[in-house]
Amino acid sequence: MTRVVLPYHLRSLAQVEGEVTVEAKTVAEVLDALEAEHPVLVGTMRDPATGKRRSFVRFFACKEDLSHTSYDEPLPSAVLEGSEPFLVVGAMAGG
Amino acid sequence: MAGVRVLVGTRKGAFVLTSDAGRRDWKVDGPHFGGWEMYHLKGSPVDPDRIWASQTSGWFGQQVQRSDDGGKSWNPVGKDFTYASVPGTHQWYDGTPHPWEFARVWHFEPSLTDRDTVYAGVEDAAMFKTTDGGDSWTELQGLREHGSGPHWQPGAGGMCLHTILLHPTDENRIYCAISAAGAFRTDDGGTTWHPINNGLQSGEIPDPEANVGHCVHNLALHPSKPDTLFMQKHWDVMRSDDAGANWTEVSGNLPSDFGFRIVVHALEPVTIYVVPILSDSMHYPPDGKLRVYRSRTGGNEWEPLTKGLPQDNCFVNVLRDAMAVDTLDECGIYFGTTGGQVYCSPDGGDTWDAIVRDLPAVLSVEVQTL
Repeated sequence: MTRVVLPYHLRSLAQVEGEVTVEAKTVAEVLDALEAEHPVLVGTMRDPATGKRRSFVRFFACKEDLSHTSYDEPLPSAVLEGSEPFLVVGAMAGG
Repeated sequence: MAGVRVLVGTRKGAFVLTSDAGRRDWKVDGPHFGGWEMYHLKGSPVDPDRIWASQTSGWFGQQVQRSDDGGKSWNPVGKDFTYASVPGTHQWYDGTPHPWEFARVWHFEPSLTDRDTVYAGVEDAAMFKTTDGGDSWTELQGLREHGSGPHWQPGAGGMCLHTILLHPTDENRIYCAISAAGAFRTDDGGTTWHPINNGLQSGEIPDPEANVGHCVHNLALHPSKPDTLFMQKHWDVMRSDDAGANWTEVSGNLPSDFGFRIVVHALEPVTIYVVPILSDSMHYPPDGKLRVYRSRTGGNEWEPLTKGLPQDNCFVNVLRDAMAVDTLDECGIYFGTTGGQVYCSPDGGDTWDAIVRDLPAVLSVEVQTL
C-alpha cells in the first residue's frame, strides 16, 4: 500500500485524519485512487477534464519534486515499499 | 418568535450570526470552512434551512456546500461547472482574446419556488442552474453565446457574473450583471439573453455608451415593483423603470457615486441604500467616514446615515454582495466590510451597531428572516 499525506484542507474535505493509504504504483494511480475513495477531492489536485495539475499543488516524495515528471512513471521504490510517504502539498503562495 | 440569521462569507471562512427580532443580542457561529474563501452563502426562500455556500481556494479550487439544517452541518454537492459548449474567448486585460476558464462561483440565487433549483453566477462569466439540489449544474449558454461575449473583459476582480435577480412572479424573467460586460435580461427562462445597458455611460471603455463593456457592480429590485431596477455601476448609481430597457443616473448629491452594493428597503420599494466609496483605485470611503446613504425617493436625493458607524480614520470597503436587508416589520439593514466588521441597523439605517468587529475580510452578507 502507498502511504499518502494530504494537506490540511484536503484532509478536512475528505474527513480523514493522518495518512491515508491507496493501492497505487504511479502518481496517476495515486490521484485516481484518492478521487475514487473521496469524490470530494475531484478537482482539488488536478483539472477533472484535462488532468492538468492545479497550479498551486505539488507532489513530493523522497525529497524529490514529482510534480513535473510523467504521472505514469513508477513511484520511487521507498514509496512503493511503504517506507516513505507520497506528499500532496499546497504550494507556497500568498506571502 | 421571529428572528434573523445572517450568513457571512469571508476570505477565511463562513460565519452564521443569529438573533431574535430585537437584533441587539447576537450569537456568532464559525468559522465554517476555516481558511477557505467563502464567496457567497444564501438560503432558499422556500426552505430557509437549506443554505448554499460557495467554497473556493486558489490552491484547491471550487467546492459547493449545502446545509439542510440552517448552517449547523454541511455536505458537499456537485461542483462540475463545465461550459456547455466550446467556450471561445473574451477580452483579456490588455484587449487580446483570452479563453473562457472557470475560476469560481461568485453568487448563488436560489429559486423563489423550488428548493432544489438554484442559479449560480461564475467567473469566467456564465450562469449555471441546478434543478436537482446541486447534484448537477447546467450552463444557460445562451447568455455567453448571444453574441457580445468576445467583447467582455475582466474587471479588477476577474470577469465574473456576480448578480442574479429573479422576477418575483414571472419565472421566465431573470436579470444578471457581469463585470465588465454590463446587465442582461432573459424573458424565456434563460434560453436567450440580451444586453440592457441603454443609458449607461462609462469613461473606461472606448465608446462610453457602448451596448456592452460596462462594469456594472450590482443590481437590485423590490418584489412589489419588479420593473424598477437600481444599479450601482463602477461609477454612477442608475435607475430603470422599464425593466432595464433604459437607465437614468440618480447619483444626485452622493459624495461619491463609486461603490459596489445597492439594496432596497424590504417594505418601501423606492427606498434604497448605497455605501459610497471614494474611487476605483482608493476603495475606501470619502473622508475616512463610513457612511451608508439612503434615498427615500429612489435616487437623486440622498441622506447620510452615520449614527454608530466610524466617522474618523475608517478606510474599509464594502463589496458587492456584502449588504442585505431583512423583512421584519422594522426593516433591518446589514453590511460587512473588508476590515471584518459586520454592522446591523435594526431601524432602517437610522442607527447602527457592530455585530462583530474582527472577522476576516467580508465578501458577502445575506440575511434570512426566520
